[in-house]
Amino acid sequence: MKSGIVSYGGYIPRYRIRPKDIGVVWGADGEAMGRGLNIRAKSVPGPDEDVITISVEAARACMAKVDLDPTDIGAIYVGSESHPYAVKPTATVVAEAIGSAPVLTAADFEFACKAGTAAIQTTMGLTLSKMMKYGLAIGADTSQGAPGDALEYSASAGGAALLIGVDHVAAEIAHTVSFTTDTPDFWRREGQRYPSHGGRFTGEPAYFKHVLNCAQLLFKRAGTTAEEYDYAVFHQPNGKFPVRAAKQLGFKEGQIDAGLCVREIGNTYSGAIMVGLCAILDEADPGDRIFAVGYGSGAGSDAFDLTVTEEIRKIRRDATPSIKEMMADSVFLDYATYAKYRGKILMREA
Amino acid sequence: MTLAIPRFWREIQSRYNLIGTKCGSCGKVDFPPRAVCPVCGRKSIGKMQRFQLGGKGSVVTYTVIHDAPAQFEMQKPYVMAIIEMDEGVRLTSQLIDVKPEDVRIGMKVQASFRKLGQEGDAGVIHYGYKFRPAG
Repeated sequence: MKSGIVSYGGYIPRYRIRPKDIGVVWGADGEAMGRGLNIRAKSVPGPDEDVITISVEAARACMAKVDLDPTDIGAIYVGSESHPYAVKPTATVVAEAIGSAPVLTAADFEFACKAGTAAIQTTMGLTLSKMMKYGLAIGADTSQGAPGDALEYSASAGGAALLIGVDHVAAEIAHTVSFTTDTPDFWRREGQRYPSHGGRFTGEPAYFKHVLNCAQLLFKRAGTTAEEYDYAVFHQPNGKFPVRAAKQLGFKEGQIDAGLCVREIGNTYSGAIMVGLCAILDEADPGDRIFAVGYGSGAGSDAFDLTVTEEIRKIRRDATPSIKEMMADSVFLDYATYAKYRGKILMREA
Repeated sequence: MTLAIPRFWREIQSRYNLIGTKCGSCGKVDFPPRAVCPVCGRKSIGKMQRFQLGGKGSVVTYTVIHDAPAQFEMQKPYVMAIIEMDEGVRLTSQLIDVKPEDVRIGMKVQASFRKLGQEGDAGVIHYGYKFRPAG
């Protein structure tokens, strides 16, 4: 018996801002910054959107593709580093909004950008052990970079929900493995509005060490090599890191293209690898193999070996817009409107 | 502020999932939910059933808000519309993801999940339906 993805759904806000429109405000060459990061635009949440609304939209898109009873979901975990409340779960709102409440367990997860993949592993365990029929793993963020900081060019908004179970599995997860160390590459202290990071330290000793080691562990555990996979998807803090990691692991451009959403929407943090995985599932065929490695600062990686099954044909993949369609449905903002929407302008109290 | 918590909490099912009622006597759908059918009166007592609207409808009429309450300053100008749901019942909601000049009477819309407001920076955040053009 294997656990896997029963259904999936993503959500990307419509608003976008280009790196050049950010750079012009801070006296920087935004276009060069965008080229360096391999990001053409980043998504921006509307003034009435947050991690709760994104999680609900993604969860509803996930449930709209299948005819399953939402009360069969025994657990909902939402991974994010931008939950609207410090205390009060995002997951309870999702549970009510998709009709799963009240007989289920729910919690919010946090592990920088990999809290969503941690939720996948947790729900795999709960469904494999038959504690419940299905678990819903969500990764979503509306992350912010401090104004003018390098992160401001990439920190975006979006999320995805994966329904995990052992019945009607559309993408079987044969293996999962994690690699975790104490590495302070990126953090946000309690009460701080914007995160801090270690600059170049976020590269070699952080992202690459964890992603590459975790990927090698997965190859070993699955007994596979890069060429055996049809698709590969990695955490994508920018459009440069995942491409370099993929190359070092032996993957070709054609294998990573479908899941590399960061170029059009920026870094959706906890949503990043899960949105990429959804984009792959939007087009995958039965038998296709997917290699997925997430990364969260602090630091750790979760890797998954997936094989798409015949059940993918039974999912109503056209019931909701595809990730590609959501990426194309965009409204571009200037910096002033972006600053207004992101609450960067000091307003009088409402 | 404290009074608003139970008031919004009671309405969660309607605001999140468009839960109304259907009269078990005459079949009339109401939103928000009613305890007694306005058509059947006492005949409907004990027969009112929970009924979920499908989330699709069309714009009956609308107005563009330029002078907004403080909480909506970020969103102005924005559109408020009366929407006739496919089940026949009408409700008032904000229209999103559309420019005011592109709204048309009869336009097909569908429900989405958005933040409705909050009780200041430290208070409860309220969520519920808003409508966007149907895809």
